Amino acid sequence: MKSLMIVPLLCLPTLATAADFGVDATDYDGPAWSPYLVGAAIGVLSWLSFYFADKPIGASSFYATIAGFVGKVLAPKHTESLRYFKDNPPALDWGFLFVIFTILGGLLAAWTGGEFRNEWLHPMWVARFGEDSMLLRGVIGFAGGALMAFGARLADGCTSGHGISGTLQLNAGSWLTVIAMFLAGIATAMFLYTAL
Amino acid sequence: MIDPGKAVEKSRESSSEGPSGKKILTAILFGLAFGFLLQKGGVAKYNVLIGQLLLQDFTVVKIMVSAIIVGMVGIFTLNRFAKVNLHIKPTRIGAQTIGGLLFGAGFALLAYCPGTGAAALGQGSWDILFGMAGLVAGSYLFAEMSGWLKKTVETWGDKGKITIPDLLHLPRLPFAYAAAVLLAIGLFYLHRIFPR
Repeated sequence: MKSLMIVPLLCLPTLATAADFGVDATDYDGPAWSPYLVGAAIGVLSWLSFYFADKPIGASSFYATIAGFVGKVLAPKHTESLRYFKDNPPALDWGFLFVIFTILGGLLAAWTGGEFRNEWLHPMWVARFGEDSMLLRGVIGFAGGALMAFGARLADGCTSGHGISGTLQLNAGSWLTVIAMFLAGIATAMFLYTAL
Repeated sequence: MIDPGKAVEKSRESSSEGPSGKKILTAILFGLAFGFLLQKGGVAKYNVLIGQLLLQDFTVVKIMVSAIIVGMVGIFTLNRFAKVNLHIKPTRIGAQTIGGLLFGAGFALLAYCPGTGAAALGQGSWDILFGMAGLVAGSYLFAEMSGWLKKTVETWGDKGKITIPDLLHLPRLPFAYAAAVLLAIGLFYLHRIFPR
């Protein structure tokens, strides 16, 4: 396992310097707080969440819950017949409330830090795809969201449920999922910033 | 020796059913804290997220690994003294490899993931709305196929609830401490190579 972790670490600098994408992510605003401090605090938050709520932190099921509610309005019989919604009936549960307040937490942090963006296209996206790229952003963003949700449900978790809560419990499947996520993510991002 | 899992289950059984007042309060507080930390950590920003996948900005990995180190040491220690339950998701090699790859591709297209996207919405990055529509649609598409997936892909390489130390026949707590030390060393060198 040790050697497995060292190999990608050695490859990273060569990969990063070999690829030239015409834009540099570090030219734009970075984190307001130290990532190590923020990461450690999220680690402590996981203790609290396990201890007081008996729940691991996760986000992706929020969207499945909304999908279930929307489906129940538009096609109630069909939605209730689906395996996933039989096993996971949509409910305004702990995880749903958690993500609603994640949105508000983001608002609070942006507001206190003077970082509320109120923008549709990020400057780095504009530098890559041009000012007049709202339709492209919409199509790519929607497709990305759809792929992510499908993948998260199939893998049974996302970058929160597997990437943080699962990996910190040394769950074998979570490490597998996260490695697969980053491999495909890096390949797709590099394609998006060179080929299109 | 104490059986950690069962000991906690008994003492908390009454509070795990139904959204009691205390439980709702934890969802609100932890959700707020999670969103706040994600935004302060910069991982609600488009450039920081896509920059990670382009290997230009290592904020995401630094936050994730810091959270894993701190979370892992705390959760396994608390579990050893029967203060928290572990929440290990089943390892399914087929579903998690395919799901992880699909998720990663989608993550690169949208740049926000399900949790950081919630913080991004709070931050006023409105392009996440395209992605959120996609996340709901993708969740429904998964539900649509879930009966078939459960009988096929999800049965491929189903290993059950297993951790990495279980696979290696090593005790969990010492393994977690050793893994935390190794990850911390990795983080130290990562910081030296990539200051941001």
